[in-house]
Amino acid sequence: MAAVTAHQTTQKTLGTANAAGGAGSTAAAGETDAPAADHLAAFDAAVAADERIEPRDWMPDAYRATLIRQMAQHAHSEIIGMQPEANWITRAPSLRRKAILMAKVQDEAGHGLYLYSAAETLGTSREELLDKLHAGRQRYSSIFNYPTLTWADVGAIGWLVDGAAITNQVPLCRCSYGPYARAMVRICKEESFHQRQGYELLLALSRGTEAQHAMAQDAVNRWWWPSLMMFGPPDDASSHSEQSMAWKIKRHSNDELRRRFVDICVPQAEALGLELPDPDIRWNEELGGHDFGAIDWSEFQEVLKGNGPCNDQRISQRRRAHEEGAWVRDAAAAYAAKHAPAQTSPRTPASASASAQTSASAQHVEETA
Amino acid sequence: MSAALALGDDALVLSHRLGEWAGHAPVLEEEVALANIALDLLGQARVLLSLVGDEDELAYLREERAFRNLQLVEQPNGDFAHTIARQLYFSVYQHLLYERLAAGDGEFAGLAAKAVKEVAYHRDHAEQWVLRLGDGTEESHGRMQSGLDTLWRFTGEMFQPVEGLDSPESGVDWQVLESSWLAAVTDVVERATLTVPAGPRSGGWAAGAGRQGLHTEPFGRMIAEMQHLHRSHPGASW
Repeated sequence: MAAVTAHQTTQKTLGTANAAGGAGSTAAAGETDAPAADHLAAFDAAVAADERIEPRDWMPDAYRATLIRQMAQHAHSEIIGMQPEANWITRAPSLRRKAILMAKVQDEAGHGLYLYSAAETLGTSREELLDKLHAGRQRYSSIFNYPTLTWADVGAIGWLVDGAAITNQVPLCRCSYGPYARAMVRICKEESFHQRQGYELLLALSRGTEAQHAMAQDAVNRWWWPSLMMFGPPDDASSHSEQSMAWKIKRHSNDELRRRFVDICVPQAEALGLELPDPDIRWNEELGGHDFGAIDWSEFQEVLKGNGPCNDQRISQRRRAHEEGAWVRDAAAAYAAKHAPAQTSPRTPASASASAQTSASAQHVEETA
Repeated sequence: MSAALALGDDALVLSHRLGEWAGHAPVLEEEVALANIALDLLGQARVLLSLVGDEDELAYLREERAFRNLQLVEQPNGDFAHTIARQLYFSVYQHLLYERLAAGDGEFAGLAAKAVKEVAYHRDHAEQWVLRLGDGTEESHGRMQSGLDTLWRFTGEMFQPVEGLDSPESGVDWQVLESSWLAAVTDVVERATLTVPAGPRSGGWAAGAGRQGLHTEPFGRMIAEMQHLHRSHPGASW
């Protein structure tokens, strides 16, 4: 397990360089003097032709802002999403499950690193994005504002939450922005691994003792509806969707992806021997898919506003870890500055020290993989 | 098999403590690094405990007094410098010990040869951080020194010969191990502009205590948390 994850970590570390370096293949690269209209025409043509937009290409300000918002929210979701699962690391009921869970939470940290790096290709920085998260000016996925009350919740998160995330994210592998698309290819592979692990955890519980089965059913009851809400508001109420579809940042509508997810889950729930807590789920021959019950969007809005069960807890823990770690980051920066080579480096001491750390990790994992 | 139990419990307990950092690390790179080390140790623990019996029975159903780990590894995380001090003391010890075991032809040679590569990284990670924190800011210097000082009294126990590894055939000379450890730790600590702690390396009664099943108060709480779910469902499989 450790070797698998370690290998993945290496890929992430190396991939960061790819994400940052893959510039200049399409559109109006280099034509900095051309009128804005030409830039826009070239950008539109590249998007229309399904070419990738790369960091050095010209892009509309709103496209850049939309991507930063979305990628930051995605990165924040990875690191906040560590909390509900890390909640069970110290209580995992077997050493095998403990190894799987630790590796999964580690993967999420890796995804966060990778996505922050991809976002940095748009001219922002991890520090800036974290500050916005901590100040409440950028969001993370609301799903992580629900608590993990039992061990079965770890399985339900893997099966349903990661399952919904994959349904959302697979189309992002074809997103028009190159670094984001490439990041998502790697992330989706790991997410689908997590999803299978969650399913397998629930299967063991469902086929276990009566108490274990009940634990699994209870977790599915609590996580089902919030998972459906992960696809965002209904199409007629989604504020960002239309423009993102036109830019090919987004490829399918919220409702379309939600229906796809339900269709995937219904037979899987049956195989698990667990019930989905919606009496209105039934096959619709005409649509070739499942109908399902009405979603309580008032709950979604409340959680979004900050009134979910764990909003305060999650953001407080994140702020606390960051504040309590400030002296460590300061020390690393001070040490790097003291021991920097004589010529001035364009990198900041903090980033130099951080990448030294990462490459030490990467070196290690190549040995053990 | 008491050596497998002692070394396995060291790895199991330290892995658990490092797992407590998840979601709390000072920087994202350390979330990855600490989890990496925890996973390596958990992997080692599973191999070692499986030499003795069922890994889950051993981890989840033994009472506190039956664990054979060093008191050092069960100490609470404290701040990041405290954790790094614990990592330095233990990973230098484990690296030197596993190098010797790998070089011998005892029953742990194969396992140690594999683990020593992982442990070399754990040691490098700890040393790099001791240097950064010791020679970083005034605050980090003070915290690093405090971590080293606090845990110093748990380091004597490491060199009480482990039963089963106390014969010449084991390849481990515990006195040489101790002097090598002391030299390596002194080198790093001094390069980090810190001071090697002056106090005794064991409490009056503590030497060999963990290896004999005598632990410190925080350990009882740690295994209560670790074992409660498993023990709440007797006979269940997960």
